[in-house]
Amino acid sequence: TLLTVREALGGAMGEEIARDDKVFLLGEEVAEYNGAYKVSKGLWEKYGSKRVIDTPITEMGFAGLATGAALAGLKPICEFMTFNFSMQAIDHIVNSAAKINYMSGGRSNCPVVFRGPNGSSASVGAQHSQCFAAWYGSVPGLKVVSPYDAEDCRGLMKAAIRDMNPVVVLEHELMYGESFDMPDYAMDPDFLIEIGKAKIQREGTDISLVAHSRAVGQCLQAAKILEEKGISCEIINLRSIRPLDYETILKSVKKTHRVVSVEGGWPQHGVGAEIIALCCEGDSFPYLDAAPVRICGADVPMPYSKPIEDEVQVQVQTIVNVVSRVMEGQKI
Amino acid sequence: SETKQWKVARPFRVHKLDACPDESVESTKEEALKFYETMFFYRRFETVCDTLYKEKAIKGFLHLYDGQEACVVGMEAALKKTDSIITAYRDHCHALSRGESPGAVMAEMLGKQTGSSKGKGGSMHYYAPEQNFYGGNGIVGAQVPVGAGIAFAHKYTGDGGLCVAAYGDGAANQGQVFEAANMAHLWSLPIIFLCENNQYAMGTSVGRHTTLPDFYTRGIGVPGIWIDGMDVLAVKKGFKFAADYIRAGNGPLFMELNTYRYHGHSMSDPGISYRSRDEVSQVRQERDCIELLKKRIIEAGWANAADLKKIEKQARKLVDEAVTFARESPDPPLKEAYTDIYHKEIPKRIRATDPAKDLYV
Repeated sequence: TLLTVREALGGAMGEEIARDDKVFLLGEEVAEYNGAYKVSKGLWEKYGSKRVIDTPITEMGFAGLATGAALAGLKPICEFMTFNFSMQAIDHIVNSAAKINYMSGGRSNCPVVFRGPNGSSASVGAQHSQCFAAWYGSVPGLKVVSPYDAEDCRGLMKAAIRDMNPVVVLEHELMYGESFDMPDYAMDPDFLIEIGKAKIQREGTDISLVAHSRAVGQCLQAAKILEEKGISCEIINLRSIRPLDYETILKSVKKTHRVVSVEGGWPQHGVGAEIIALCCEGDSFPYLDAAPVRICGADVPMPYSKPIEDEVQVQVQTIVNVVSRVMEGQKI
Repeated sequence: SETKQWKVARPFRVHKLDACPDESVESTKEEALKFYETMFFYRRFETVCDTLYKEKAIKGFLHLYDGQEACVVGMEAALKKTDSIITAYRDHCHALSRGESPGAVMAEMLGKQTGSSKGKGGSMHYYAPEQNFYGGNGIVGAQVPVGAGIAFAHKYTGDGGLCVAAYGDGAANQGQVFEAANMAHLWSLPIIFLCENNQYAMGTSVGRHTTLPDFYTRGIGVPGIWIDGMDVLAVKKGFKFAADYIRAGNGPLFMELNTYRYHGHSMSDPGISYRSRDEVSQVRQERDCIELLKKRIIEAGWANAADLKKIEKQARKLVDEAVTFARESPDPPLKEAYTDIYHKEIPKRIRATDPAKDLYV
């Protein structure tokens, strides 16, 4: 079955709404408008106004409301039109939802999903183009997933909705229209991907590329080019930002002896920084034949104009260049 | 049992409502004595917390409720146990009124393993979801949209319950209160937006923090009711009125309980830099909720001073027992620091301060 990322996400939500009467979707324009990015297309028509709910433009209010509904036993899916707008609501994600299980000594839990497009968009400027993986990924009590392809989206969305903890699902706007061939097993109504487990997206022997979301696709393209140069890349699709699958990462690094992280977010205190710290602190350090390197968005707010927007974002060629230098033992 | 009536000192006021409760309040002997016992117990509990804080047994932030006892006692008398309550950080008495044992509430403040939240929450974080009590929130105003979500769940499941989301006059200025009110009105949610106006947002008086001091009228179209929060019988009557209104399917209601706190905002605030000692003692003498009820009980001939002393002695004993339980309880074992991050599951790896102490499953 050929499925777009958008269809995989919408289909997973629809099936979960049908499966469990406690599940509902709320957010701006999710119902009658069919979703700002059409992810929830058809759901309101199919499941009605009780289960698919348009909210006013009031992020702090509806994120708090979703959190309260989850505390009271429902299973809300709270859509942010983009994760940039979740900044208006971050207090509820971090303070109201993520910490409650701990600060109640395990008496209260919050099975809410916060989801929406994350990361770079195209030509929308600084306020609408940013990755929040490192922000949410730093918070104990949250689970954070960042799917790459349609299979990831379907399996992780279903797992997020069924999880009894708050889960942040970071989708990628530039991936919504991408099509992927879905294996039969992934179309099962109970197809779940374990949160906290990474996937070896491509096996290789010379270097480990650790990536999430759209960057996984860029790594796959770079790996093809590098293969022609005789470099075999192993690509780890993180799938989960938190919990982070340290076992899969360390195992791969011990095999390849080199590691490069690839992500769309900013460098400082980012996902790549965490990956590299893990590889240096962990028992993989003695196996490293080269200094670990991160490839990431430039350390600037996102510009508007196309040439400079491209300049500050990771390109396939960036990956090819950096990996080649690491393999040749050149100065990074 | 015999019922007596009194007139409220400060009459009810309503906003955008056709009906308004009249000026009479009533009680039975049994109920009045129970209210007296509970209010006295809460005041004693808070007073003892003050002492424990000063001897450093209770640490961190501590926000005391003395002066405001009539609010939670009158409210609980009008609510059903199937209704929900969420409040902010001045929450000890709410936890007690929702059935938490005094020992567990006290032990939590002393940071003990036997505390309501195993010593992980502290004074601002009590939760009893099985009793429909949802905290306990240290972020001013955040509990209000969360409360709207609890009300949403009541409506969604059709269980007939309502939610009271309590906040102070300071939190009333948070934008998210208006966001929650807008959605609650739009979706006709069964919620009481309860402003316990104790006159001060930390050290900033109502007159200095808002140009709209009639908190019961601030629901952007949601009707409201003003109640004398120092009169437990008025609070009960006003809450009964509000709960009936909401259960009839009329949607949300704003409520102001006009009250007063005797302590400062928290223990770091002596509470006299922004108000005079005279103001505090005047409220104590003229409007104190326990004294008002005591006067009514004695007037009605339901008890004499000696009878009330007996009740007070029993309340003191209960608080003492809670303190003894808390003091004798063990600290949480160190491994407890690493549990309850997620619901009934342990992450494969938890970083500790020293990587050698990292936890692996």
